[in-house]
Amino acid sequence: MGVSISLNINGEARSLDNVEPRLLLVDLIREELGLTGTNIGCDTSQCGACTVHMDGLAVKSCTVLAVQADGSDVVTIEGMAEDGQLTAMQQAFWDEHGLQCGFCTPGMIMAGVKLVEGNPDISDEEIRHGLEGNICRCTGYQNIVKAMKVAAQAAA
Amino acid sequence: MYPPNFNYVRAGSVAEALSLIASEDDAKFLAGGHSLVPAMKLRLDAPGTLIDIGRIEDLRGIAYGSGDENDCIGPLTTHATIASSNLASALVEAAGGIGDPQVRNRGTIGGNIAHADPASDLPTVLTALEASIRVENPSNARNIDAANFFTGLFETSLEENELITVIAVPREGAGTGSAYAKLFNPASRYAVVGACASVTLNNGVVSRARVAVGGLTPMATRCGSVEAALEGRSTDAIKEASAQVASDVGDDILEDIHASAEYRLGVIPVYVERALQAACARAAG
Ligand SMILES: Cc1cc2nc3c(=O)[nH]c(=O)nc-3n(C[C@H](O)[C@H](O)[C@H](O)COP(=O)(O)OP(=O)(O)OC[C@H]3O[C@@H](n4cnc5c(N)ncnc54)[C@H](O)[C@@H]3O)c2cc1C
Ligand code: FES
Ligand code: FES
Repeated sequence: MGVSISLNINGEARSLDNVEPRLLLVDLIREELGLTGTNIGCDTSQCGACTVHMDGLAVKSCTVLAVQADGSDVVTIEGMAEDGQLTAMQQAFWDEHGLQCGFCTPGMIMAGVKLVEGNPDISDEEIRHGLEGNICRCTGYQNIVKAMKVAAQAAA
Repeated sequence: MYPPNFNYVRAGSVAEALSLIASEDDAKFLAGGHSLVPAMKLRLDAPGTLIDIGRIEDLRGIAYGSGDENDCIGPLTTHATIASSNLASALVEAAGGIGDPQVRNRGTIGGNIAHADPASDLPTVLTALEASIRVENPSNARNIDAANFFTGLFETSLEENELITVIAVPREGAGTGSAYAKLFNPASRYAVVGACASVTLNNGVVSRARVAVGGLTPMATRCGSVEAALEGRSTDAIKEASAQVASDVGDDILEDIHASAEYRLGVIPVYVERALQAACARAAG
């Protein structure tokens, strides 16, 4: 039996009817809303490629049911840049070469934004701990950490 | 991957959740979904109905006690909220070490203890802190000591129609301190082994010690021998007392791809010692 849900996605109100209760938030985002910037890596809650913001918190959207997100504010990587102007975190990934294949990058950026929020002087160690739920299969962690440090300063 | 199909109902209140669980066949509560959804995706679980309790505000948040009163934690309180709270230090420490920030933003204390994964952290901590768990069904409510709540591998004394409504944890008075020490699984961050200690110090003497371990036993296990070997003695006795843990954990030691039973038995005294040292430092400080 389908359920009706409505949510705010990247600032836009959307209503969906007849949503299967078992639909995952990540599949709602990718398949129903066509926002394919959010990736599915492991699909088992480990890699963080599917990280989005739900009511201001970083969550793994492969482990949230779409019905649980009913009524919430969801922001995906597509909702970060405004008018083509990259956010500090995105710009820092570009400048510091924080990506190789780029598969983990949307999740890294969504996790990173929350990680450095209000902490301009965040240490390497804090960043590494804070990224426990994000895996980069290209293992480009050095530059990811560097980018996040730069972004933390830039956002302050 | 997607979970098997199920009916979805949302409870707006505790009363509604209790009447739904009584009337629905083959139903389970859904809190943060961070144990249940992965289990369903892997077809390890396939409940016919999920009763979403995630929006019942009465079940969320912390009410701090004053004086001798307990701190009362709503079961929907997330690990992230507990990690930045003023609850007993061992609980704050353990919640902050669960999984990763995204998991801590969704996972709840109620779901964690109801799931009773042997590699979870909070069963061990609540056992050592002598927490009490309030559960309700449509006609009754009862309080269960943490020591009697966990009954086996993924098993608790919760009946199928019972909802956890409060987790009551004693406040730490002056002279009392607690700590949690964990050997992290490097991938998932679950506990390969974990040890929790709560101690009270009186003029350099340990007048009260409570110790529990997890990760190596099917359920969180109180360590009476360690406690007895330490009580009435100075903190110099910690190392010797920690070695007693072998006689507390029994013969049913878990073994999996992450660690052999022998390895777990080998490292657990080290983690008991670390937890006791840190708890004593906090009690003194
Ligand atoms: C990647 C990852 C890493 C993790 N690492 C750790 C870790 O290091 N340490 C650790 O301890 N845990 C870890 N967890 C588990 C995590 O803590 C879960 O959040 C927790 O075990 C379940 O809480 P939940 O709110 O998500 O419960 P759910 O998944 O919603 O529910 C779990 C079970 O509890 C029942 N339930 C929920 N609430 C109640 C209630 N109020 N009354 C009665 N029954 C209820 C449900 O019916 C279900 O059977 C990890 C999880 C993931 C995905
Ligand atoms: S796809 Fe969600 S954590 Fe890997
Ligand atoms: S850049 Fe390839 S997975 Fe991280």
